[in-house]
Amino acid sequence: MSLSSTERLTHRLAPWVLPVLLLAIWQLAVSAGWLSTRILPAPSAVIEAGVNLVRSGEIWTHLAISGWRAGVGFAIGGSIGLALGFITGLSKWGERLLDSSVQMIRNVPHLALIPLVILWFGIDETAKVFLVALGTLFPIYLNTYHGIRNIDPALVEMSRSYGLSGFRLFWHVILPGAMPSILVGVRFALGFMWLTLIVAETISASSGIGYLAMNAREFLQTDVVVLAIVLYAVLGKLADLAARGLERVCLRWHPAYQVHKGGAA
Amino acid sequence: MSNLQQPANLLRGIPVKVRNLKKAFGAREVLKDIDLHIPAGQFVAVVGRSGCGKSTLLRLLAGLDKPTSGQLLAGSAALSDAREDTRLMFQEARLLPWKKVIDNVGLGLSGDWRPKAHAALEAVGLAERADEWPAGLSGGQKQRVALARALIHQPRLLLLDEPLGALDALTRIEMQQLIERLWQQHGFTVLLVTHDVSEAVAIADRVLLIEEGEIGLDLLVDLPRPRARGSYRLAALETEVLNRVLSIPGSPPEPEPFSPLPTQLRWAN
Repeated sequence: MSLSSTERLTHRLAPWVLPVLLLAIWQLAVSAGWLSTRILPAPSAVIEAGVNLVRSGEIWTHLAISGWRAGVGFAIGGSIGLALGFITGLSKWGERLLDSSVQMIRNVPHLALIPLVILWFGIDETAKVFLVALGTLFPIYLNTYHGIRNIDPALVEMSRSYGLSGFRLFWHVILPGAMPSILVGVRFALGFMWLTLIVAETISASSGIGYLAMNAREFLQTDVVVLAIVLYAVLGKLADLAARGLERVCLRWHPAYQVHKGGAA
Repeated sequence: MSNLQQPANLLRGIPVKVRNLKKAFGAREVLKDIDLHIPAGQFVAVVGRSGCGKSTLLRLLAGLDKPTSGQLLAGSAALSDAREDTRLMFQEARLLPWKKVIDNVGLGLSGDWRPKAHAALEAVGLAERADEWPAGLSGGQKQRVALARALIHQPRLLLLDEPLGALDALTRIEMQQLIERLWQQHGFTVLLVTHDVSEAVAIADRVLLIEEGEIGLDLLVDLPRPRARGSYRLAALETEVLNRVLSIPGSPPEPEPFSPLPTQLRWAN
C-alpha cells in the first residue's frame, strides 16, 4: 500500500484542520466584537502577551520557579512512593504493616489538605512542594506495588534455579519486570504533579505561573490568564513526552514499544 | 570454548539415586514410594498420564520442591550439594523478555561470560540471533535459547520438564535431535519428562512409566543410535509402553453417575 505524496500530506494535515478552524473563528469572533475581550481575548492578544513577557524576561522566572516546585515535589513524592512500593511489594510483612495504611491515606483527596498544609507550612515553597509530593506519591506507590506483585512467578522461579537471589534477583528480574507498571505510575504522577501545582499556585503564591494567572485576573488581563493556561498545557504535554521517552528507553524489549518492527536489532 | 565440545567418552554425568521418595501435597500423595537408580550419563525418559507425578519428581530432583520423605542422592552425596551441576528446562522457555537473547543465556553468570554464551548459542544454532529480544523468536527458538542457557552451566544432570510439549511436530523432532546430539557430546545425565511415548522411546536409553505415584514400568531401550524414526523395533516398544498406560485407567472405574434428567445424553459426557 503506497500513498501518493499529496495523499500523505492530507493525512498529516487532517488532524490540524479543526483546531486551526476553531482558532480562526475565535479570532474572528473577537475582532468582530461578538465576543468581549473581558470574557476571552483574541488568540493574537494571547500571543502578544506571551511575546511581551518573554521580552521582559518575566516569564522565565515564573516558569523556572514552577518547574522547580514541580520537579522537587515529584522527586520527593516519587522516591517515597517507589520505596514504599518496593517494601510492600517485596516483603509479606511490609505489605501487612503498610499497605492498608497507605491505601487509607490514599483515599483522602490530597487537595483537601490545603488548609491544613497552609497552617503547617504557611504559604511558602514548602507547602507547594509538600502538596506536589503528596499528589505524586500514591500513583507511583500503587503501580510499583502492583508491578512487583504481577511479575510472572515462573520467571522468578527460573531465575532462582539459575542461582539468582537477593539484590541480583531484584536488579535483573523484579525491577525490569515491574518497570512497565512503574512507568504507568510515573505518567499518572506527572499529571497529578501539574494539577496539584496549578491549584497550589492559584491559591497562594507570590511567583510561578499560577501567580501570573491570579495576578493578571486582578487587573482583568484575560490575555495573560489564557497564556498561563496555555503554558500549563504545554508543560503537561512536555512532561507526557518525557514519560513516553522514558518508556521507549526502558521498555525497548516490550513488543508494544518497539518502533521498528521486524528489523534486525 | 573447548569444554562445550567435550569428547563423548569423557562421561561427566551425575549418577542419581532416589530412595523411598514420597511427596504429598496436603492429604494427596503424589509420589508414593519411588526407588530409582540412574547411572551416570544415562538418558531417561519419564512418561505417564497427566497428574501421575512425573513433573513432581523432576521438581524434587531440581530442588524446587522439598520431598515429604526419602532421599535424593548424587552418587553418595546429597543431590542438593550438586545444585550447581543440575539445570532444569521448563515446559515454557521462561526467557526474561527484557534481556537480549545473549543476556538470557548468560543469566546468573559473572566474569567474562559472553564468549561462552556465544558458543552456547552457536551449539543450538542461534548465534546470529544473540542481540535480539526474545519477543521476536518463535516457540522453538525460545526453547533453544533456554537449552543454551542450561548448557552454558555445563550441567552434569539435565532435567527437562516437557520442554518440547508446545512445539509443532517438525520443530519437536529437530529439538529432539539437538538434545540427543548435545547429550552425546557432553555426556550429562538426562531426565526427560514427556507425555509423548514415541518421543520417549526414540530418544531415551530407558523409559520409566509412572502410574499413580509409583514406577509402573522400567524399560531399557537397547537400540543403536542414530535411531531410525518409524522403525519396527521403536514401534514395538512404543506399543508396549502404550498398552501398559492404556490398560490401567487413571482412576478406578467409577459407577455411572446418576443423571438427574432422564433426557440427558449419557454418551455426551
